[in-house]
Amino acid sequence: MNNNILIVGGGPAGMEAAGMLQRLGYNTMLVERSSKLGGHLAAWDRLFPKGLQAKETLDRLTAGINGVKYFLDTDINSINILDDSFNVILSNGITILAKAVLIATGFDLFKAEKKEEYGYGIYDRVITNADLEAYYKTGKSDTIQNPKSIGFVHCVGSRDEKVGNLSCSKVCCATAVKQACEIKQRFPEAQVYSFYMDLRMFGRYYEDLYLEAQKKYGIRFIRGRVSEVSEKEDKSLLVKAEDTLSSKPIKVSVDLLVLMAGIRPAEAGKRVGRMLHLSNEEDGFFSTKDTIRDLQMSKIPGLFFAGTCTGPKTIPETLNDAKSAAMEIDEYIKQNFPDRK
Amino acid sequence: MTDFGYSINTSSRMNLDDFDKESFDKLAEMEPDVRKCMACGSCTASCTAGKFHETSLRSAILALQNGQEGKAIDFLKGCMLCGKCTMVCPRGINTRHLILSILKVYGTK
Ligand code: SF4
Ligand code: SF4
Ligand code: SF4
Repeated sequence: MNNNILIVGGGPAGMEAAGMLQRLGYNTMLVERSSKLGGHLAAWDRLFPKGLQAKETLDRLTAGINGVKYFLDTDINSINILDDSFNVILSNGITILAKAVLIATGFDLFKAEKKEEYGYGIYDRVITNADLEAYYKTGKSDTIQNPKSIGFVHCVGSRDEKVGNLSCSKVCCATAVKQACEIKQRFPEAQVYSFYMDLRMFGRYYEDLYLEAQKKYGIRFIRGRVSEVSEKEDKSLLVKAEDTLSSKPIKVSVDLLVLMAGIRPAEAGKRVGRMLHLSNEEDGFFSTKDTIRDLQMSKIPGLFFAGTCTGPKTIPETLNDAKSAAMEIDEYIKQNFPDRK
Repeated sequence: MTDFGYSINTSSRMNLDDFDKESFDKLAEMEPDVRKCMACGSCTASCTAGKFHETSLRSAILALQNGQEGKAIDFLKGCMLCGKCTMVCPRGINTRHLILSILKVYGTK
């Protein structure tokens, strides 16, 4: 009798769960549609709250999946739910009969160009959090040339009925504060503004990060949502908002504007969800079996979730979620297939 | 009278007990979205009238909740009902209808 487990998605959640399940003695297989493992983590430079290199975490995850069979550049062509297993056909022609399937399809960053009034894709010097991270990682950018003033715009594509997403993306406040500090490390003379509605610095050490941004780096936090951005002749940008604490509309020129694009359910994950007729909540992420305890379980026996496919999470939360999912799968197999080994 | 060397000013503290719940409920009946505002300031920032006359829907909503109806009306005096704030409100509030409703409920005061 086989003890195959299939994991869909090779980001941090999929990798962490894969490693654990492999160590628990399962024959673990991981399918990743892109050409490398690591998901968004692989594109990130440093992680809040303490500025750890993303690569360190990724290296540990990679070391952890020793023995796991994984397929890159591979999609799921079909999944059939059988009596006590799943029949999965991959785009590379391989068919897998799995006892349990873990969905770890993660998120897509909100497409910032949809928020037209901010000018991403129209004005040269409007970039996203991901673009800035790429610059931090490579040190190369055509856009970032010794900026004298820099603005960070929170909640781009989040908490916004206009783009059809009312929910908060959870991680972008801390990311914005981290990135603001980092830009000051590179350009100490620059004036940095952060336009926020609420600063959601909820986690351990986050408030320290906020304090450091104020005290050490002198980041100017302005409580107001940016309403519009226009480009001036010299390519700098005019940003308009209300400073709601002074109750005055304000305008300010910046040389660089960074949009904190939020977390949206991955399109590729939605595709897999449709194959399985999975339901999702109003926020677009998959519904879990309940909302307190069974966060890694779907309503289909043998089908589990890990990571941001069930809503925005930080990296540590994602890894914990993946560990929990691995334990739930282990328990499920032991209960349903007592003679599996 | 003894001169104590100081005089008593009226308090600048807002008294939330002054909040006119009855009128606000009436407003909320007319335009339930008044309760949805998250005070982001997008309306004020984008207001076409705001350049010339202090116009702020956000401040008006807040003033109503703080029992300062007169101030609330002042914040809307410059409004030309252009509807630009409706385009930007992230909570999807029909701001023009809200402004008209505020004026209907409180305007005669
Ligand atoms: S975490 Fe902060 S920036 Fe991100 S959506 Fe929530 S409030 Fe906005
Ligand atoms: S409708 Fe009134 S409050 Fe709204 S933007 Fe136009 S003038 Fe300003
Ligand atoms: S734009 Fe909408 S949510 Fe924001 S302050 Fe104005 S009315 Fe409130």
